[in-house]
Amino acid sequence: MPKTPVSFTLNGSETAVFVDGGANLLDVLRRGVGDLSPKIGCAQGTCGSCTVLIDGEPHLSCLTLAETVAGRRIETTGGLANGPDLHALQNAFMEGFAAQCGYCTAGMLMAAKALLDRNPNPSRDEVVEAISGNLCRCTGYEPIVNAILTAAARMQGRAV
Amino acid sequence: MSSFEMRKDLFADERDDNLKEIGKPTIRQDILGHVTGRTPFYDDHQFDGLLHMRAVRSPHHHARIRSIDASQAERMPGVRRVVLPSDVPHNINTLLSLIGFGRDDEALLQPKKVAYMGEPVAAVIAETELQARQAVAAVRVDWEVLPHVLDVEDALKPDAPVVNEEYPNNTFDYHDVYDHQKLRFGDVAAGFAAADKVVEAEYQMSPIEQAPIETCGAIAAPETNDRFVCYTSTQALFFSLGTTAKLLNMPSSRLHFIGGTVGGGFGGKVDSIVEPMAVLGARLTGRPVKFAWDREEEMQVGAPRGAERWRIKDGVMADGRIVARQFTGFFDSGAYTRLSSYAIVKGTGHLPGPYTIPNVASNVYCVFTNRTPATAMRGFGITGVDFSIECHMDRVAEAVGMDPIELRILNAYRDGDMKAHRRSAKNTALVECCQVAAQKAAWPLSPTAGTASSLQGGGVGERAMIPETATDSEGRIGERRAGRVPDTAPASGTGRVAAGTARQADAQTGATPQRDDMQIAPERVGHRTKTPPPATPSVAPSRPPVAAPTPPIAAPQPVSAAPPAPSAPPSLPPATAPVAPPVAAAAQPEPYKPEEPFNRGVKRPGASRFLSGMRRR
Amino acid sequence: MLTVETYSTLAEASGRLGADARYLGGGTLLMRDVNYGADGFARLLRSTDPALRQIAATAGGVRIGAGATMSDIIAAPDTAALVPAARAVGGPAVRNMATVGGNLFAPHPYGDFATALLALDATVEWADGRSEPMETFLGARDRASGLVAAVTVPRVSARDFRFRKVTRTKPKGISVMSIAALLPGTGNPRIAFGAMGPTPLRAKAAEAALNGVRLEAQAIQPALDACLQGLAPIDDALASAWYRAEVAPIHLKRLLLDQGGY
Repeated sequence: MPKTPVSFTLNGSETAVFVDGGANLLDVLRRGVGDLSPKIGCAQGTCGSCTVLIDGEPHLSCLTLAETVAGRRIETTGGLANGPDLHALQNAFMEGFAAQCGYCTAGMLMAAKALLDRNPNPSRDEVVEAISGNLCRCTGYEPIVNAILTAAARMQGRAV
Repeated sequence: MSSFEMRKDLFADERDDNLKEIGKPTIRQDILGHVTGRTPFYDDHQFDGLLHMRAVRSPHHHARIRSIDASQAERMPGVRRVVLPSDVPHNINTLLSLIGFGRDDEALLQPKKVAYMGEPVAAVIAETELQARQAVAAVRVDWEVLPHVLDVEDALKPDAPVVNEEYPNNTFDYHDVYDHQKLRFGDVAAGFAAADKVVEAEYQMSPIEQAPIETCGAIAAPETNDRFVCYTSTQALFFSLGTTAKLLNMPSSRLHFIGGTVGGGFGGKVDSIVEPMAVLGARLTGRPVKFAWDREEEMQVGAPRGAERWRIKDGVMADGRIVARQFTGFFDSGAYTRLSSYAIVKGTGHLPGPYTIPNVASNVYCVFTNRTPATAMRGFGITGVDFSIECHMDRVAEAVGMDPIELRILNAYRDGDMKAHRRSAKNTALVECCQVAAQKAAWPLSPTAGTASSLQGGGVGERAMIPETATDSEGRIGERRAGRVPDTAPASGTGRVAAGTARQADAQTGATPQRDDMQIAPERVGHRTKTPPPATPSVAPSRPPVAAPTPPIAAPQPVSAAPPAPSAPPSLPPATAPVAPPVAAAAQPEPYKPEEPFNRGVKRPGASRFLSGMRRR
Repeated sequence: MLTVETYSTLAEASGRLGADARYLGGGTLLMRDVNYGADGFARLLRSTDPALRQIAATAGGVRIGAGATMSDIIAAPDTAALVPAARAVGGPAVRNMATVGGNLFAPHPYGDFATALLALDATVEWADGRSEPMETFLGARDRASGLVAAVTVPRVSARDFRFRKVTRTKPKGISVMSIAALLPGTGNPRIAFGAMGPTPLRAKAAEAALNGVRLEAQAIQPALDACLQGLAPIDDALASAWYRAEVAPIHLKRLLLDQGGY
């Protein structure tokens, strides 16, 4: 069966890949493109570990038909750092012990980035809401929520 | 006698002994990989030509397999191989065979009879995951559905269906003698008789799925020199390696296992199922093969913390002192043993919780039912019974009209107290823990409770002694199924073991250790033990069961329960089985033969040469 | 492997439906089935018709394209009354994907948004031009063939419309039940329950008992007593039918009295 060519922007780079009919974006990013940062946790939209940004908004890549992202702008945790310079969220997660096993982290970071891009000064409730589709089994969420608030404050130049 | 020794001279230059980290922010050593998405989990290792393996699973709780027809599946697009039970070289195992505990009872792919919903009976390897899924759906299995049993106590009834043919009584065999694990310390019957109140209740815990975000999975691929590499999510790399070597009848030197990066485990990634499946697939196809559970499988066949049912009966004096505690516990092991047998031994060692109680008895059953096998999860064997004990402490407090925290402080173990498993308690801190909890919750405590200490009142007189113990030999393997033992609770003692007898094995009439080298030898594992007091002659008069002195925080009046009737006649020595011969007489281990696959070494009755205790001794 | 067919209009896609085809909206339900084996279908149909995502005021109310997402509902000024129901669906990522059209077909225990549409007496518009009331649509949806183009919701004041979702976890969880109530000051209230049957269902006996009644504890009691009539709760992993039946009147009471605690 012929494969379908799909091209999109991935973390700022033009990317083209051939996809199987029915393939989801997560599989295409991981196996087709080699961006292994989004993770597969459930393949049914429950856990959020595959969260990526499409045109700046969070989406579940496991439930996104790959062909629907043609021409769109995709961001993943693999592209979050600017070269050696980590994003404020990455630094805050590191310092705040906001990851243990690390499997949900890439999805958490993308959900958090979508929030801060839209709302630089979120309340605690807004942070909780923003990551409500992302499950973590290790940390108990508090360090994650705190890290996101810390990153927001730092990006605004506020003291934490 | 050697005690535990830290060899700090080894790798000294690789270790930072400055461990003063508490209260200081610290950065995980692996977190840079996590936040940049570069941590390599097993599924992040890419292979050209990766094939996907999926299991054909039972839709029934209990069914015999009449036949499997995979002819249609074999012809489907992308299918490389259908894997049947006959493809598994040594298709029977039990996890703890690696340490010589229990009998092999579970197949990797079940050839004859499935005993839980979702049990795998075959597998398909295909080019894509979707093709593997569609081919699995095309495998036709002719099932003969059998009656099933899903409740632990139903499974103990004489007419219950046999879940696990290796254990036809639906219970794990303890010490080759009993259908349950016994604990006897003192005489609970006498304790109940002397108590002012008896409080009984039952507690039930449901199974709990670990639900890691990364499901269990492994990728295996042929390597050079006839080896296989296996990237795995396992929490127990060498456990998985040993299990794979055994099931596939391969020397472990042919297996190159890479793990250590686990996307959440919580106990659910020790069962070593995905690794032998993936390596088998790689061996059968000569290609890299991934075997990974999807989320539905993780929830349905991923072994949870097992369900537990506990019945606790306490004898308590009006002043709050608990003088007898009896447990009847049922662990739902599901269809196979996995780690439940061990959880019960561990849990029994924990009884009666962190309290000094002079008379304790327990019967705990590892029961096979047609539910998903249970396994490790975060303190399994302990958390369930602790939940029950602490619920029960509240009930006892209510029964005697006492503050629940003060009741705990009154009964808490102190340093030097003798525990029911016949070891002295040390470094105890329940008293202080209760005091801090009360303080943080602004919960008022009496001055005596508020100033009590784990260092005071313990280890004196009979609190430090092993009491004379009532024993019984009820519940021998097979008796229950024959309808001769209707009651599951500890039977009233018929034999007596003299006070001061240190070894639990001595207190279990006829319960010889499973193997000589499993004889309790505390010095081997580094426990500091006191020299046991000289055994009281067995003709000594019975000790009053409730007269143990308590720390000076109880009501001032003397104990009114004494004097108890001299209960049992002078005890006879245990009727059967003298204590096993000393360790020195144990069979010599076979010489190490590195060229032979080591599954030969893990079958009973010979001891595994991989048993750490054997090799170290 | 599946075939993906992309059409520029919904009508074209509608013409290509068949037993082996499924229409892909936001994917939150259908892609699960694809990932788990695509049992029973081989073709995915989709449409890039921009009209599908339009939300526009009409004479009859607000017309919402079937391809509008929950996030579109939250952002659009004309659908303010529906924001609580749209927010109840999934987390932010799911809301960016899940469509109004998909929610109409979402099986138990999903379909919180459809529950709101049922209480609002929305009209469902098929691609072939047919229209029917939400209640009729839901009653026959499992036998229906065709594609939904839009729903039209009567214009209501956000003050007259209440929505509650009862979940085990906060802030996001799957429904133990959801309740939507249109309570106009002029009478004739409408109450719909989600996750209390195979589809969202109206509690008509409760509606009748509530008609012309002040929203006070004693006055609403007959409606609470009658609220299970016509509902058909079922067991699932979240709650038993028994539990759902036990707590339904309590949650309805909290909604009607505008109390918290759900």
